[in-house]
Amino acid sequence: MQDFTAAFRAALDLVFRMDADLMEIVGLSLLVSGAAVTLACVIGFPLGAALGAGRFAGRMPLLVLVNAAMGLPPVVVGLTLYLLLSRAGPLGPLDLLYTPTAMILAQTVLVTPIVAAITAQIVADLSEEYRDLFATMGMRRTAQAATLMWDGRFALTTAVLAGAGRALAEVGAVVIVGGNIDHVTRVMTTAIALETSRGALELALGLGLILLTLSLGINAALMGVRAAARRLSDG
Amino acid sequence: MVEPDRLIRLAHTRPTLTQHPPVRIADLYLQRGGQYILRDITANLGLSDVTAIMGPNGAGKTQLLRLIAGLGQPDSGTIKFAWPDAPEKHRIALVFQRPVLLRRSALANLTHALAQYGVTRTRRTARAMELLDFGGLTDRANIPARALSGGEQQRLTLVRALGAAPDLLLLDEPTSNLDPRSTAAIEALIQRATAQGVRVILVTHDIGQARRLAKDILFLQDGQVAEHSPAPQFFDTPTSAQAAAYLRGELYL
Amino acid sequence: MIRLALLLTLTAAPVFAQDHILIQSTTSTQNSGLYDHLLPLFQAETGIEPRVVAVGTGQAIRNATNCDGDVLLVHSRAAEDAFVSAGYGTQRHDVMFNDFIIIGPETITADSPAAALTSIAQAELPFLSRGDDSGTHSREMALWNTADIDPTGASGGWYRETGAGMGATLNIAAGMGAYTLTDRATWLTFANPADLVISYEGHADLNNQYGVIAVSPQHCPSVNAIGAQTFVDWITGTSGQQAIAAYRLNGAPLFTPNAAE
Repeated sequence: MQDFTAAFRAALDLVFRMDADLMEIVGLSLLVSGAAVTLACVIGFPLGAALGAGRFAGRMPLLVLVNAAMGLPPVVVGLTLYLLLSRAGPLGPLDLLYTPTAMILAQTVLVTPIVAAITAQIVADLSEEYRDLFATMGMRRTAQAATLMWDGRFALTTAVLAGAGRALAEVGAVVIVGGNIDHVTRVMTTAIALETSRGALELALGLGLILLTLSLGINAALMGVRAAARRLSDG
Repeated sequence: MVEPDRLIRLAHTRPTLTQHPPVRIADLYLQRGGQYILRDITANLGLSDVTAIMGPNGAGKTQLLRLIAGLGQPDSGTIKFAWPDAPEKHRIALVFQRPVLLRRSALANLTHALAQYGVTRTRRTARAMELLDFGGLTDRANIPARALSGGEQQRLTLVRALGAAPDLLLLDEPTSNLDPRSTAAIEALIQRATAQGVRVILVTHDIGQARRLAKDILFLQDGQVAEHSPAPQFFDTPTSAQAAAYLRGELYL
Repeated sequence: MIRLALLLTLTAAPVFAQDHILIQSTTSTQNSGLYDHLLPLFQAETGIEPRVVAVGTGQAIRNATNCDGDVLLVHSRAAEDAFVSAGYGTQRHDVMFNDFIIIGPETITADSPAAALTSIAQAELPFLSRGDDSGTHSREMALWNTADIDPTGASGGWYRETGAGMGATLNIAAGMGAYTLTDRATWLTFANPADLVISYEGHADLNNQYGVIAVSPQHCPSVNAIGAQTFVDWITGTSGQQAIAAYRLNGAPLFTPNAAE
C-alpha cells in the first residue's frame, strides 16, 4: 500500500509542477498515438466498410486476416519495422529509424486492423438491415458505403477508442523503432519501462497513473460527445 | 396542402389498362432449398388502381412482391413491365412490412432518398417538406426517424417511397403492426396516391382492408394462383375452393 | 506549440539533420545517470546533439552493424574487437571502467568471483542470469567458464535466465531474493534494492571496461562520421575524462576514466 501512496504522490507532484520533461513526454505520446489513430482511421474505415458490406473475391480470407491482425504482438511489429527501416534494410535511405515518424508507422500497423475489424462488424450488421432498402433505391456501392458509415458513426467511435487505447498503451513496438531517446522519441510507456528498469517503481507507477488518467479522459470526452450527438440525431 | 400534380410526378396518361397490363408475369417459378415457393405464376397486374395479393401464410405473397420489386431473380419465367407511353421508363417503389429507416431525422431520411432518386441538392429539402406534409408529419421533421411511433414510421416510409415518383407502388402488409387509427391514416395516403395515378400492388392479410382498397384480388395458395378476380366477385362469389375457405375463416389443407 | 512544430519538422526531415549523432550504448550507462550528466556538457562544447539508444551490448553492436548508429559505447571487449576487425568500426578506445559485483541476499566469502559462483552452484542458491548476450551476460559466462561450471544445465532450476535488461533483472532479484551479477553503477543508482546486499566484490576478474568506437564510414556511408569522431575525441579527451571523473553519487565516483593519452 505504501508503494501506491508513494506512486500517487509522485504522479501528483509531477503534474502540479508541470514538469517540463513530463509535458514533453505526454505531448509526444499524444502526437504519436493521435497521428497513428488518425492514419489508421483513414485506412481502416474504407477497408472495414469494404470488408463489411462489399462483395468481392477474397473478402472472407481478408476478413479473417484483419481479425487475426488485431492480436499482432507489438514486439513483432516493432522488430519487422526495425528491419525495414534500418539503414541496412530496404527502407534505410529514408532515415526514419529512431524518429517519431517510425513510431507513428508502427502504431498505425497495430491500430489499423482494430479499426478495420470493428468497422467491418458494424457495417456488416447495418448492411444486413439496410440491404433491401438500398436495393429498392438502386444505390451504388459507394453511396451505400457512405450511408452505412454515416449511420454507423456513433458505433464507430468504439473503433476509434479501441484503437487509441491500443496505441497509447503499447510499448513493445515504439521502444524498438523509437529507441526511447530522451527528448526525441521518449513517450509515456517507454518512460515507464525505463523508470522500472532503474528501480524507480513509484515514479514508474506514477507515470502509469497519469497515462491511465489521460486514457480515461479521452474515453470520457469521446463518449460524452457521442451521447450528446446521439440525443440530437438518433433514436 | 400541396397540389397533387406537384407532389407526384406522373407523366403517363391513363391508358386502357385492360389492353395494356403494366405488369405481366408469365410462367414464374421460384425455388428455395429444393422446394418451390412459387409455381407457374402467370398474371397481369396493375390493371386497376389497387391490386391486393392475398392468401394464407406461406402462400408466397411476399416472395412474389419482392420479385416484382427486383429483389431477387426467379428460377424461370418472366416479369415484364410496360407502361404504354413509356415502356422502358418506369419506377417501382417498395414499402416493407417492418419500416427500415436510417439512423437520422425524418427529414434527413427523405432528403437521403431524394438524393438517390436524382433530385438536385437545392430542391431536396423543399421536396422533402412537401412529402412530410403529404404524410402529415411536418411537425416530426427533425425527430430521429427511429424514435417515431410505429404508425408515423410507416407513413414516413410510404412518403419516402412516393418521393421516388413511382409508377408502381408495392406494399408488403404495410399496416399489419399498426393500430386502427394509424391503419386509417396509411389507407388514406394510399388512396391519395392512387388518385394521382400511382398503381398499387398490396400484400395484405386484412380482408377488410382489401375490401376497402382493392379493385382486383390475386389469391395465392401454396405458391400457386388459386384465383384472380375483380374484388366484388372475389368477395361475393369466389370461384376457388381455397379462396372461399379463406374468406369463411376456415383452414384449407 | 513551438515544440510541436519542432517535432513535426524533425519528423519530416531527419535526413538532413546532421547536427546530431546517434550513440548505441548499454543500459548501465543510461540507468546510472551518467549520460544525463555528460551529454549536456558535450552538446554545449561541440554544438552536436547526442541521442542515446540504450540496449544490451549485443543488441547495440548488432544495431551499429546495421548502420543504425554513429558511435558505439559498450563494455564487452571481445565483441568490440570483433566489431572493429570486421571493418564495422574505425578504432576502439578505452573510455572508463568500474567493476562488476555479485549482489544477493547474503555476503559470500571467497577467493575469487569464480569461487563465489561455485559456492552458489553447489548450494543451488537462486541465481539470475541476464541471458541476453549483453556485456554483463558475457562476463558472467566467462566467470562460469573460469569456475569450470556450465550452469545452463540447471536453467529453470536454481539458475534462471531472465532475458531482460539489468534493471529488470535487478527487480526480479529483489523480488525473489536471488543472486546476480551487475555493474556497480547500475547497482548504486538502483532505487529498489529491497533486502539485497553486495555479496562479492573487489577482484581483478570483475574489472568492467567501457570502450568507444566510431562506426566506420567505409562500412556505413550514411553515418555522421565527423560527429562520431568529435564524440570519440571529446570523451577520450580532457573535457570528457574530467566530466566522467566528476560524476559522483553520494560522493563516490561511479566510473573511473582511463582513456590513453
